[in-house]
Amino acid sequence: MNNTVTNADQEPLVRIQNISKVFGSTYAVDNISLDIEEKAFFSLLGSSGCGKTTLLRMLAGFETPTEGRIYIDGQDVTDLPPYERQVNMMFQSYALFPHMTVADNIAYGLKQDRMARAQRDERVRDMLALVQIEKLGHRKPHQLSGGQRQRVALARALAKLPKILLLDEPLGALDRKLREQTQFELVNLQERLGITFIVVTHDQEEAMTMSSRIALMREGRIEQVDSPRRMYEFPLSRYAASFIGNVNLFEGTVSSQDGDQVRVDSEEAGGQLLVRHSQPMTVGMPVTVAVRPEKIRMAQAGDDLPNQMQGVIREIAYLGDESIYHVELASGKRVKYTQPNVQALAELPLTWGQTIALGWYADRCGLLAQ
Amino acid sequence: MTGASASAGALTALRARWRRLAPGRWLVTGLPWLWLVVFFCLPFLFILKISLSEPALAQPPYLGWIRETADGLVSIVVNFGNYGLLWDDSLYASALLGSLKVASISTGLCLLIGYPMAYAIARAPSHLRMPLLMLVILPFWTSFLIRVYAWMGILNTNGILNNLLLWLGVIEQPLAIMHTPLAVYIGVTYAYLPFMVLPLYATLSRLDPVLLEAAADLGARPLRQFLTITWPQSVPGVIAGAMLVFIPVMGEFVIPDLLGGPDSLMLGKLMWTEFFNNRDWPVASALAAVLLVVLIVPFLLLRHYETRAALMEDAS
Repeated sequence: MNNTVTNADQEPLVRIQNISKVFGSTYAVDNISLDIEEKAFFSLLGSSGCGKTTLLRMLAGFETPTEGRIYIDGQDVTDLPPYERQVNMMFQSYALFPHMTVADNIAYGLKQDRMARAQRDERVRDMLALVQIEKLGHRKPHQLSGGQRQRVALARALAKLPKILLLDEPLGALDRKLREQTQFELVNLQERLGITFIVVTHDQEEAMTMSSRIALMREGRIEQVDSPRRMYEFPLSRYAASFIGNVNLFEGTVSSQDGDQVRVDSEEAGGQLLVRHSQPMTVGMPVTVAVRPEKIRMAQAGDDLPNQMQGVIREIAYLGDESIYHVELASGKRVKYTQPNVQALAELPLTWGQTIALGWYADRCGLLAQ
Repeated sequence: MTGASASAGALTALRARWRRLAPGRWLVTGLPWLWLVVFFCLPFLFILKISLSEPALAQPPYLGWIRETADGLVSIVVNFGNYGLLWDDSLYASALLGSLKVASISTGLCLLIGYPMAYAIARAPSHLRMPLLMLVILPFWTSFLIRVYAWMGILNTNGILNNLLLWLGVIEQPLAIMHTPLAVYIGVTYAYLPFMVLPLYATLSRLDPVLLEAAADLGARPLRQFLTITWPQSVPGVIAGAMLVFIPVMGEFVIPDLLGGPDSLMLGKLMWTEFFNNRDWPVASALAAVLLVVLIVPFLLLRHYETRAALMEDAS
């Protein structure tokens, strides 16, 4: 999925330049600049109220930015009304026209373009086949299930074969099983059609599964733009680290640096932590060491784990595929540690109150500026 | 398992018994029926009976169907002559046409004025919607008759409108609006406008504005958005409003009587004349029966086709 090649001298398909949107006195979007490459599956990820939907609506043309410009394919579209943009949107509520059949819904955009009848009918058939609802063309939206409606909304937005498809929480209204299945279908569709998808979602798992790139947003600003993998493995801030997945954060100060090995004094961790970090750091600088629960392992005798600590198991969450252990250190800090449940009944079942030794390698954790 | 199914079976049996006995059901469907029979069917049968009688100088001013002649014979006399008169005398046909014309044109005017009004109220900020609706309903607080008289004061040769226009220098001579068809249209449109606005508002306020965004997104300009999205979905409201205006205007007699001239001939006014001035109850009743048929037949046809269309859609 991470097949996007960033080409420096190539003009990006979408260029968002210093965009702000003010409602009353609050900045819904606060000076955002963003480039989106062609054929990307780009996610705008964030909790509600972070401005992701406002940004999407400005791309569609439903909101005018208070400041800044938007370029699509090199053309300044900032002041173009929605009906003059080569962009289509799939709405969160689907917004299907209730008085039209499924086929008429899909044909609506083509009719606005005055496409010839025969060609139009063929395109509608293709679209129905694309989203696998060939037999539902004559139905009205109220005669469809939620999953079928979602497909109609997708087919309608794709019918004009736009350069860019905007999707506002496309899977939000589906139940969990259907959502997982549809995630992969969306990705396949995007790769097959070569259309750039820009998706708004609050679901980090959804963003991780589908996207080639993610822009994590917070309070109208962009926190980090990266591939899902880099976003997870190398978060740039505490917010990014804790928004996506689980993380243990240890506060401390830099005590020494030797090449890419940084030593951090952390009271919370009960000693020194060794982190691999290539950027030069100043001694005495306050930092946070971030380590994902699955990167931690139980230390055995003779292990050369540089970061080791002992703690008491306080909580156990059994999730089936894995278990999460909350381990309390001497400092009172609780560390989350996950272990896959490989065997039906573990040989060494960990229980509450048991003291265990945990540890991790220097290259399995990250250093975040405070 | 058995316990659960046994209790479920008992529940079903109980429900069935309730359904057989349930007095509430009869009450609920029975009351509207009773209302219809007592206040609509019976009076209409009386009118039908009178319309098939012969007029007489008596109290009541018509003869019964069953008569006893001097030699003891009982005869039943049914008189279709009143309907014959309606057919033969072109006065009645032209009154029907006059009513149809006034009703159609004023329904159209109400729609033309009422649709933008209803749309504006439906799209107004939510705290303004109720006050705006109140303004639409406010005239009902005053008697209908007084409001029509007020229009006389406005439209008179010596009335407010003419004085204003003369004072502004727009006209040199007072306009003759009073006692013309124009005055009737103004009065009727004014009086029945709320009946158009309210059902239209009810329909338009339910429309999801996101649908217009979706249409715009797919390339429809504002006029196309209205024609393809808003208008088709508001048709039920248009039909309801049109009926609420058209039907009472067909029988309207106060406005043409007070504002119209001798040439504004309408069924309602004619009926009034037959009843009270000519004391010809049978002819007036025949007129009423014809009016009812004229109004009810298109309505029933519409219902019939709507139901069939809905059934076909569900079957597909």
